[in-house]
Amino acid sequence: MSTTATSPVPGTPQPGTPQSANEKAPAVSAKPVTWKVPVLLSVLGVVAFIFFGVMGPNQTARFGISSSGDFFQLPAIQVPAFLGGIVLSVLMLGLAAYAVYLKTRNEPSPGWLPIVFIVLFVAAFLIWVVGGARTPSISLAGLIAGSVTLAVPLVFGSLSGVLCERVGVVNIAIEGQLLGGAFTAAMVATLTKSPFIGLLAAAVAGAVVSMVLAVFSIKYLVNQIIVGVVLNVLVSGLTGFLFSTVMQADKAQFNSPGRLPIIDIPVLSSIPVIGPILFKQSVVGYLMYIAVIVVWIGLFKTKWGLRVRAVGEHPQAADTMGIKVNATRFWNVTLGGAVAGIGGSFFTLVAIDSFTKEISGGRGFIALAALIFGRWNPIGAFFAALLFGFADNLQSIVTIIGTPVPSQFMAMLPYLVTVLAVAGLVGRSRPPAASGIPYIKG
Amino acid sequence: MVRVLKLELRGITKRFGSLVANDHIDVVVEPGQIHCLLGENGAGKSTLMNVLYGLYEPSEGEILVDGKAVTFRGPGDAMAAGIGMVHQHFMLVPVFTVAENVALGAETTKAGGFLNLDDTRRKIKEISDKYGFDVDPDALIEDLPVGVQQRVEIIKALVRDAKVLILDEPTAVLTPQDTDELLDIMRQLKSNGTSIVFISHKLREVKAVSDTITVIRRGKVVGSADPGASTTELASMMVGRAVSLTLDKAPARPQETTFQVKDLTVIAPTGQHVVDGISFDIARGEILAVAGVQGNGQTELTEAILGLQERCDGSILLDGQELLGHSVKEVLRAGVGFVPEDRTVDGLIGTFSIAENLVLDLYDQPPFAKGISMSPAKILENAKSRIGEFDVRTPSGSLAAGTLSGGNQQKVVMARELSRPLRLFIASQPTRGVDVGSIEFLHKRIVAERDQGTPVMIVSTELDEVIELADRIAVLYKGKLVGIVPAGTGRDVLGLMMAGLPPESAAQADTPHTGTAHADTAGAPKPAQASTSGAEGGDHD
Repeated sequence: MSTTATSPVPGTPQPGTPQSANEKAPAVSAKPVTWKVPVLLSVLGVVAFIFFGVMGPNQTARFGISSSGDFFQLPAIQVPAFLGGIVLSVLMLGLAAYAVYLKTRNEPSPGWLPIVFIVLFVAAFLIWVVGGARTPSISLAGLIAGSVTLAVPLVFGSLSGVLCERVGVVNIAIEGQLLGGAFTAAMVATLTKSPFIGLLAAAVAGAVVSMVLAVFSIKYLVNQIIVGVVLNVLVSGLTGFLFSTVMQADKAQFNSPGRLPIIDIPVLSSIPVIGPILFKQSVVGYLMYIAVIVVWIGLFKTKWGLRVRAVGEHPQAADTMGIKVNATRFWNVTLGGAVAGIGGSFFTLVAIDSFTKEISGGRGFIALAALIFGRWNPIGAFFAALLFGFADNLQSIVTIIGTPVPSQFMAMLPYLVTVLAVAGLVGRSRPPAASGIPYIKG
Repeated sequence: MVRVLKLELRGITKRFGSLVANDHIDVVVEPGQIHCLLGENGAGKSTLMNVLYGLYEPSEGEILVDGKAVTFRGPGDAMAAGIGMVHQHFMLVPVFTVAENVALGAETTKAGGFLNLDDTRRKIKEISDKYGFDVDPDALIEDLPVGVQQRVEIIKALVRDAKVLILDEPTAVLTPQDTDELLDIMRQLKSNGTSIVFISHKLREVKAVSDTITVIRRGKVVGSADPGASTTELASMMVGRAVSLTLDKAPARPQETTFQVKDLTVIAPTGQHVVDGISFDIARGEILAVAGVQGNGQTELTEAILGLQERCDGSILLDGQELLGHSVKEVLRAGVGFVPEDRTVDGLIGTFSIAENLVLDLYDQPPFAKGISMSPAKILENAKSRIGEFDVRTPSGSLAAGTLSGGNQQKVVMARELSRPLRLFIASQPTRGVDVGSIEFLHKRIVAERDQGTPVMIVSTELDEVIELADRIAVLYKGKLVGIVPAGTGRDVLGLMMAGLPPESAAQADTPHTGTAHADTAGAPKPAQASTSGAEGGDHD
């Protein structure tokens, strides 16, 4: 079932294309090119042309780049919305036509094509929305910085998913791990009066939730999806109960954790656009970048990663090579929980400084989508999470500046993006072969 | 000269619950020998080797390496003691490169746990050059042919300095040419001082390469044999009674052609043409055997005929009636009997009784059903007569089918399919995992069905079986029909055809890449063209 990936890898010649035209063409190994990408791009291109181009607003959209405190100032970008919409959508139609042309020659679209297309589409969408607003001006820097901020718990959540699924355990409990982390961070930080101890406690809480998943799915072979769902409900109920009985009764003593400080690296943080993203973050924000890089290097460059991936792909092979499959799984799932727990602390130690019921608001599931969209790769998951964060943030900003589009539709945006992404816009992704399958020796 | 190692198994017993898989087995593997463990499927060979490799803990007995008793807690311990194993189902991660697979578990690292794959690549090259393996360390496993994957497995063991190499049914997945090459590699390894434990039930290979043969039957060592012994002797030891290895089969008397497949193409969900424009026909009273290495479209071909494949093109005619596009039930009602390749998954319902399994295709028909109710008495009665007729060894028809041995399960499937009047009989891997005694019986039944005037199609990856049963042989390679040749075509020609060579060039003996093709293939019967029309179907006697 999982050998059916049609991932467009740039630069690798696909087997089965005309070069083997002699009588023994390897028909079985041929990977055919589907119509999916060309058709999808064409449809989106036409939609963009009609809505963002032909029906585009007549105002000029203004995108601020620098904020007042920046190191040096860049002028704002001003785009006539109508013209911009036409130009961008024509470019998109061009890309779609190229994909169709490649398909007629039975060649797959290169991997960059859908990505460039998405960037153009998002740009055209932005121009259209801003151009049609009552005040046609937004701060691009603010939009991007806000996206990164909103993406932080998603990135941690999807990293947790990567760590678990790469080792063969499906982690549906990301939501519970985030929520558990958020609650514990708030509680412990308040009791100890130290947000840093709260941060550590969040990691422990996430790990504990994960250990339950690990024990039931690895030792007792309970269906991993079911355990995950049950854990989500359990954590939600438990934190909700403790919130209303303990925290609400005495907010000062149990639910005022205080925030983690924002660490501002001088000079660097004043670089326009990227300065605030990279160099003006809370500890959790910096940890996010570190975690993405460390997990990526760990998985693909180290002995640990090789073993982890082997366990997730072919546990029996790993076992015959002397690797302890179930122990590897257990500790990786636990580690994943700790990572998600840290992500949960973002809600109560960075975003706002108190816990409320269901504060994670389903972001654990979006993180799961980011994991799939990012193809079980930490870097991919990071960018997927950023995209979802962007959609989330755009929605709130656009509502503020006042657009013709009803805010309810805008609120749907992140989920719409999620569905499209998971439906496989950028090629079908291939999960680790043993993901979700318990390993029984012998 | 490298250090050699003497391996001794003393009184090894392995129980799974009440089942005794190994019963006080003693085996001594002398250094630098090819030691064959000969036994039927299910005799306990693989279990024994898994004990030796540390995958199972023995219930009793001990393993001695160079005279010292050792306990293996896992494969890691076994490898450290110099034992390597190539499993029947390869233990390779398909999405990893060769180097990554070889490195796994014995990684060389730089500071900080970073992988040093260059070191692994160098080792692979060394071994690859020494034995002429021609393996690219950076190739992805899933892109490699099965034969090369097997070499990667051998490299894996050699990199870990294996002094004793266990090969578990290594030839099951290979073409005859690949098999010959593997036997050469085994001899080379031996001359370099590596001992080999060779597990097999294929007598020809065992005789060709072994120094010592230990025969195992029902979990016990029944004796050792000399490689010079005749195949009949070896077979009798393996089975425990005299068996005849050759089938007494009257020449086929084909009548009119009633089954025709024209330009059949099957498209997999991935879009691949897994069966690609195949045409053939079968006359009443003849057996067409479909040969080929596993995974070359045989499964899809039989499933397409039965109506189990979604996307098919072409036409399948039985008695002039189109089968394609009809439901499985309609195809069965048209008189098609089908023995699927995996009886435990597709042939039987293990938790149902033998009696119920015997009417799986007729449960809703009289006399087994009346209106909406089934008549258990009739079903049991039917079971009794079938069990007798097909010599199914079971105390009662109401036992669960899953409790039967492989051979007896297969007899149940065959009994069910042959109990209706048939217009076409298809058997896929009819004797896979079946003991020699049952093979004899099942083969006789297949020939009997032919002699009743049914067109019979056999799909088998075992060349011996194909040669045994076939009146004509069709060879599949990568979904295409390489050709149809008459029975009596040489083993070497068939082997080359299984590797994709068209019959004309296969018959012209020596091809550049196989030094093992014998000169006498030139004298093989001239292969017939793949017949594409009904008129040619009958004239091949």
